[in-house]
Amino acid sequence: MAYQFDFVDVFKYTDVLARGVGLTVTLIGVGGTIGIAVGIAGAWARGYSGNRALEWLVAGYVEAIRNTPFLVQLFFIFYGLPSLGVRLTEVQAALLAMVVNLGAYATEIIRAGIEAVPRGQREAGASLAMTRMQVFRHVVLRPALQKIWPALSSQLVIVMFGSAVCSQIAAEELTYAANFIQSRNFRAFEVYFVATGLYLVLALLLRQGMRSLGGWLVFGRRA
Amino acid sequence: MSLIEIRDLHKRFGAVEVLKGIDLDIAAGEVVAIIGKSGSGKSTLLRCMNGLESHEAGSITVGGKVLLQDEEHLRALRLEVGMVFQQFNLFPHLTAGRNVMLSPMVVKGLAEAEAKPIAEKVLARVGLAEKFGSFPDQLSGGQQQRVAIARALAMNPKALLCDEITSALDPELVNEVLAVVKSLAADGMTLAMVTHEMRFARDVCDRVLFMHQGRIHESGRPEDVFASPKTPELQQFLGALS
Repeated sequence: MAYQFDFVDVFKYTDVLARGVGLTVTLIGVGGTIGIAVGIAGAWARGYSGNRALEWLVAGYVEAIRNTPFLVQLFFIFYGLPSLGVRLTEVQAALLAMVVNLGAYATEIIRAGIEAVPRGQREAGASLAMTRMQVFRHVVLRPALQKIWPALSSQLVIVMFGSAVCSQIAAEELTYAANFIQSRNFRAFEVYFVATGLYLVLALLLRQGMRSLGGWLVFGRRA
Repeated sequence: MSLIEIRDLHKRFGAVEVLKGIDLDIAAGEVVAIIGKSGSGKSTLLRCMNGLESHEAGSITVGGKVLLQDEEHLRALRLEVGMVFQQFNLFPHLTAGRNVMLSPMVVKGLAEAEAKPIAEKVLARVGLAEKFGSFPDQLSGGQQQRVAIARALAMNPKALLCDEITSALDPELVNEVLAVVKSLAADGMTLAMVTHEMRFARDVCDRVLFMHQGRIHESGRPEDVFASPKTPELQQFLGALS
């Protein structure tokens, strides 16, 4: 094999990589948080509110997003919306696309959790004179999230990988950084090897982070 | 005036009419047992009394409050009647104490410091003062059901509905729950209970209702109902139990 590996040529661009990692982390941190909030609201609307119009509206949103490619959703937001006068920066568009995308998947995941909470739990809350909203907040939500937390964590990792697609609108996240570097030094193998390693580390950290967050927020047993 | 007044109550699930005209008055302080075969409508009747099941025709009034199906009226009525379920239905993510405190805090808007003494009092009432910090999965079935009773009592209801509250318990745990119910009855709590515990019904209740095919088929004082059942259906029902 004649190819000579040269990682030094990649590490010259450490600052570019670091900025890329920074934006990827920001995208998944902010987009993930808002996306899960959207998912909780969507799951409430579609699986709990009892409002037919709302159920159909959210069902339409969920199915539209789940049955179209993320790249197209991203292009639609970044290139399509300006025709309506909505002009977003690359990062804003990337964030919005991730929130919209994760929100739809999270809606379905969390709805499954809500449906897995036994009916008797809601009846107990209702019989204690709670409103439907109070029952949702205090009785249903936490057990529902407990049941689907691992699935939600996996979805978050998937969405983080999806953020690589945002390089296509020149959001300067990790994949964009890798593309940029290899276009300068032609060290494709080395650059993508490093980028792959970084994604792996980020994914493992994200899973661990979700485990800790879940232990604190969702599974936490406070007396 | 009766605490609970039911007039010509009709309820159907799809094509099946499960309640075919129920008239029932329960006085304050009265303890009523509802017995009958499964499918006779006894649980449905009980669940109608606090609006967990809607009804098509007839009326239910509790403590002067008419049961209507909108949330506001339902909640007003549910402040008057507590309910205890066969499957306990404790909230698994909360301690026994928090299970009891939740509704006083959320519904009545009490501060934690106000709700806590109430929870301690009702848990002591069911003999579980020391289990305040235990989670439901750390308690036996009998203890869970007593916490569920305490949770209902914390809202200070005028009446308590008990839906087969010992049917999911191991036999040796039944008595500790019935003892709590008995002491509530002795304290003058109004109780309507669907039960298969005939001895308990005979010893503790003021009145027994036998339900058959969606109607109150026979009713009376327990000593009469059990000793000399008039209808063949009740005779057959009691005969099958002994």
